[in-house]
Amino acid sequence: MEKERDYPIFTKAMKETHTILIPTMLEIHFELMVHIFSIYGYKCEVLHSESRAVINEGLKNVHNDTCYPALLCIGQFMEALKSGRYDVNKVALMLPQTGGGCRASNYIYLLRKALKDTFPQVPVISLNFVGMEKDPENGWKISTSEIVRILYGIGYGDMLQTLYNQCRSYELVKGTSKKVLNVWIKRVKKLLSSNEYVHTKKYYEMMLRDFAKIERSTVPKIRVGIVGEIYVKYSPLGNNHLEDFLISEGCEPVVPSLLEFVLYYLFTKGNELKLYGRKSAALPVYQMFYKMFLAEQKRVVRQMTEHGVFRPPHDFEHLLHSVEQYIGLGVNMGEGWLIPAEMGALAESGTENIICTQPFGCLPNHIIAKGMSRAVKERYPNANIIAIDYDPGATRVNQENRIKLMLANARASGNL
Amino acid sequence: MELYALGIDVGSTTVKTVVCNEAGEILHSAYQRHFSKVKETVSEQLESIAKKFPEAQFRSAMTGSAGLGLANAAGISFVQEVHAAFLAVRTCYPKADAVIELGGEDAKIIFLTGGVEQRMNGSCAGGTGAFIDQMATLLGISVQELDEAALKAKRTYPIASRCGVFAKSDIQPLLNQGAAREDVAASIFKAVVDQTVAGLAQGREIKGTVLFLGGPLSFQKGLRKAFVEGLKLSEENAVFPEQAPVFVALGSALYAEESKDSPRMAKALLEKVQNAKATSDVMTGDKLFASHEEYAAFVERHKQCDLTYADLRTYEGDAYLGIDSGSTTTKLVLITEDGRLLYSHYASNEGQPLDRIADRLKQIYHDKNENLIIKASAVTGYGEDLIKAGLSVDYGIVETVAHFKAASFFCPDVDFIIDIGGQDIKCFKIKNGAIDSIMLNEACSSGCGSFIQTFAMALGYDIGEFSQMGLFAEKPVELGSRCTVFMNSSVKQAQKDGATVEDISAGLSASIIKNAIYKVIRAKSVEELGKNIVVQGGTFLNDAVLRCFEREIGRNVIRPAISGLMGAFGAALYAKEQQEENGETSLISPEALENFSYTSKNIRCGGCTANCLLNVIRFSDGGRFVSGNRCEKGAGIRRETEVPDLYNYKYDRLMEIIQRKPVRKKAVIGLPMVLNFYELLPFWHTLFTNLGFEVVISGESDRKMYFSGQHTIPSDTVCYPAKIAHGHIEALLQKKADFIFWPCMTYNLGEPDTDNRFNCPVVAYYPELMKANHSGLNNENFCYPYLDINSRKNVIQVMRKVLEKYGVQKQIPAAVDAAYAALEDFRKELTSKAKEIISQARAEGRKIIVLAGRPYHLDKEINHGIHKLITSLGLAVISEESVAPMGKMPHLHVYNQWTYHSRLYRAAQYVTTQPDMQLVQLVSFGCGIDAITTDEVRSILESSGKLYTQLKIDEITNLGAAKIRLRSLLAAMNQQK
Repeated sequence: MEKERDYPIFTKAMKETHTILIPTMLEIHFELMVHIFSIYGYKCEVLHSESRAVINEGLKNVHNDTCYPALLCIGQFMEALKSGRYDVNKVALMLPQTGGGCRASNYIYLLRKALKDTFPQVPVISLNFVGMEKDPENGWKISTSEIVRILYGIGYGDMLQTLYNQCRSYELVKGTSKKVLNVWIKRVKKLLSSNEYVHTKKYYEMMLRDFAKIERSTVPKIRVGIVGEIYVKYSPLGNNHLEDFLISEGCEPVVPSLLEFVLYYLFTKGNELKLYGRKSAALPVYQMFYKMFLAEQKRVVRQMTEHGVFRPPHDFEHLLHSVEQYIGLGVNMGEGWLIPAEMGALAESGTENIICTQPFGCLPNHIIAKGMSRAVKERYPNANIIAIDYDPGATRVNQENRIKLMLANARASGNL
Repeated sequence: MELYALGIDVGSTTVKTVVCNEAGEILHSAYQRHFSKVKETVSEQLESIAKKFPEAQFRSAMTGSAGLGLANAAGISFVQEVHAAFLAVRTCYPKADAVIELGGEDAKIIFLTGGVEQRMNGSCAGGTGAFIDQMATLLGISVQELDEAALKAKRTYPIASRCGVFAKSDIQPLLNQGAAREDVAASIFKAVVDQTVAGLAQGREIKGTVLFLGGPLSFQKGLRKAFVEGLKLSEENAVFPEQAPVFVALGSALYAEESKDSPRMAKALLEKVQNAKATSDVMTGDKLFASHEEYAAFVERHKQCDLTYADLRTYEGDAYLGIDSGSTTTKLVLITEDGRLLYSHYASNEGQPLDRIADRLKQIYHDKNENLIIKASAVTGYGEDLIKAGLSVDYGIVETVAHFKAASFFCPDVDFIIDIGGQDIKCFKIKNGAIDSIMLNEACSSGCGSFIQTFAMALGYDIGEFSQMGLFAEKPVELGSRCTVFMNSSVKQAQKDGATVEDISAGLSASIIKNAIYKVIRAKSVEELGKNIVVQGGTFLNDAVLRCFEREIGRNVIRPAISGLMGAFGAALYAKEQQEENGETSLISPEALENFSYTSKNIRCGGCTANCLLNVIRFSDGGRFVSGNRCEKGAGIRRETEVPDLYNYKYDRLMEIIQRKPVRKKAVIGLPMVLNFYELLPFWHTLFTNLGFEVVISGESDRKMYFSGQHTIPSDTVCYPAKIAHGHIEALLQKKADFIFWPCMTYNLGEPDTDNRFNCPVVAYYPELMKANHSGLNNENFCYPYLDINSRKNVIQVMRKVLEKYGVQKQIPAAVDAAYAALEDFRKELTSKAKEIISQARAEGRKIIVLAGRPYHLDKEINHGIHKLITSLGLAVISEESVAPMGKMPHLHVYNQWTYHSRLYRAAQYVTTQPDMQLVQLVSFGCGIDAITTDEVRSILESSGKLYTQLKIDEITNLGAAKIRLRSLLAAMNQQK
């Protein structure tokens, strides 16, 4: 159907004049992304506001039964536009779009609805890799070489996040892990500016060495895995600073890497075609990226195992093979089968305490999170899983009380 | 020197302390409500401990939902309360198998044998002490009276237990219809038991020796009884420990002992508590009024909107009576010919609206001047039908219209009315002198008046006093704008952070307003509301609420001084209008009123298979009133011609289709009558039958079926259409099918002009959830392949695998083709039937409603007979999928990627082209996708001047709100002509 467009788009000319605002989610990764985009001439900025105004703007501008991540992202944008910190004629907004069957594909439309009355001039960019929002005038384009750089950037982000999380709960001198992290973020940015970044092996080795040098306590801590809907899982704004809370409770938060989600996404694209006997011209591209980063991930796992100090990420193929005992690989809306797979992998690798974060009323999570914990527990009877709902009305006290119960269980049963 | 252990349990409503020795013997204990003065209450108890044990040292620990903050601030160790309970049980009752503890706002279960597991309610306070408190308030009695009443019950009614708000919706109609208070009380306790089983046990059986803990279970005998009966426990297996109220405190003392907390004097602890500085990260807003002068000016401005008064005793002439029988309150006014107020009454109906109104009427008859003649009377509100029948009131009028009439009296060019009552928020826009759009709070009464009231009582204040306290609060807290229950925990957090009662009162007022504006009205800007805004309803009598509203929208509004009486006033005005055309009043005479009495009885209607539970009230004059019926049959009314209804037609046709069976069956295949089967049944039935399989379906949904599967539901907040599937699986397992077939379908059938053709995640993957959570299902008896129904090739491929062992490989392609044809035929049949209904309705001069939802809204238990309600108003009913093919896809502002939802858009577009049609959208509570579709459907309809009506439905069966909406819609349609 021909659709007339009644909203502005990000034109080529705007590349020169506009700042692209990005909602907060993953600190380290997004900082690297912004840097990569700058290499290609886009001026981007991650929003950091967490004031109550963010939630209020969200409540005002989106249907209250919409998922919390949409409410927060849109709230953060509206707060920024109204704050006076930006020239509203020279900003664009960016949201990711997956094109899947859950509501997330609609965030961008909800954002446009919200902008329509107050900021009709502000264009919205869809960050997607499936050709949504194609338009000849669109000034936002990502080439294959850029995608490669972005994926490598994600790899670097994952490595830094993993090492940082494994160090900061144990550091003897407060702040040393953060220092090493900051030094490395700077270095990685430099690497990404040149073509040096492809030599991951060399640089990961140096990272492993630097983080291993941090003085750490050897007293074991309760490890708590965090899985769930991608936004509330990662975003401190979404999950009320869950990682920091766990550290303050004397735990080590274990957060699965972003690359797992990327691989999940690439895999399900191909798998779906196979499952329903369909063909697509894009398939070889998905497969190429999938194979490339699967190999890279395997190498990282090997490298970390050989180094021997830090826990490597889950092997993606192992996730794939082990999940089928709980749920079919055809479940691909939202985080799909990835959530039960990660819960299982965490339990299997000894992180038996798992918090499953989800926006209140998240549709796929009824099935893949709450719906699958029984199956995971049957396989791993010691798994100590709780689901925590996040929404504008849920209070921190309530959430923390439940997490404390989980931790009391963990301590009582000696789950470290 | 003596060394003891001290446990302090700071719950959401009470503080408990226990001093024990090493053996766990209790030497001292105290139990006290804290009325949110946590620190003071803890200090008080520590003082008395210091007095009693002046020389002793204590190892101490704090526990409880409100104790965390205080413990941290005071530097006292903290133990999670479920864990504390666990320690106490292990010490005192080593043989217990399970523990159930109900607290103020928490409910917990600990399974001790067969794998220790500790569970706690999620972010919902359904089935807790707070829920019972709320219900007692609703009945207008104390918790103790509720308990005593429950013991005398003869029967119980099903009451939704998930959430206090839903339960209210179930209880209110029971009360309004005259159900015995004893029975309602027992039903409330039963709901608590159901909630514990469904929400906490989640499939794990509660058996063996069960220990019951917590305040409500130790004080309420009726609740105990309900648990013992509900869990089928023998007397020796149900243990109610004497020290139950302080049990968790004991546990925290044991924890202190076990963790070797360093000993301290009670005085030292007291000091720590008193010096504790709460870390204040509570959000605060601006003061409501800067000064008393500002407040005085505010009061003065609003005083100007008042009626003039006349004296009932001296006034001679005609008068008009208006009655508003609301959900929790009763309002009466008597006005003169020129709108002066002779008499007014506003009070709680105490669950007995008919008695209260009869009493008031007696008083009016008694006090009035003998030359005052009541010329006409009208009644509105929830209790309209009952009061009209009981007291022979002349006219009934739908609430929205009554409110509009009253508002116009004060502000003739009013363009927006907002009414916040005890349990409802009603807003309507007025355009061209008619009600244009109506917004009601659905299935959720977040932020309504009764909430503040319950809260005031919980904090130990009377409502008037409580709301007044907020006016000059220094730092009103920000409490968010969600569900009542969530607000409870926000308040708890604010208390923890040291907010005063004044701050909380002001915060609650602001929350109510935010809820109304952002949840119900969903306004983006003030301009949307219009210039002339009239606010009314009892809740607006609260100056703090009124102030918050004006502040939030940045504009002054009109609040009539009779704000709480507007419904009744509107009814009186209506009575006056109508009377001019008609003759004498039929209102019950003073003599008849003296002898007025009634009896109430419950019977089952045998009119159809719905078997509605009817409540029949017989009045002393021989008249009777029937309620609880979904259609007119139950009320004993027979219509000459049946109003056409596509929902009935479609359901009957589906049941007809499946009568066809193969001559010789190869096997029996079970299909659950849930979700997309309401659309695809002709497809699957044809496919399987043509291949020689007999198809059995799970059967018709009802509440009993839902309860039978409730214990396998892992996520309680998913929509009712999904939850009811668990009952269907139970039913199918009884039917001895060779296997149950329920495919996973990411993709649905295609619809024209869409961006994609997804199912929603729940419809797509619910079979996966079922398999993972029902231990009775295995790979042999449950078949849930992934398939793409839109691809013939894929369906053939998948069915070949599914039916591999039956030797039907070759016939499959033909059967699949026949299945597609059958589906297509059925869809065409529905469309042509819809056309037939449209022309029949037009011939009969009826208006037509497109009742638009999803295929599964055909389920009678899910739609609660709303289609019958519509036909009982004389309107013809057709469905969205039957008219979607006649509509065009309008220009959308959303990503149009779901098949079912794309039909809604086209159906809405079609309605905009038909002058005698309106669309009513059915939305299942918890449907996240409808958060997107509802706004879009509304904008399609409103852009062409159509009305948008949304009915939110859940497991509750109260049709009261739906009826008001539909009648308002009907009134608006008639006015628009």
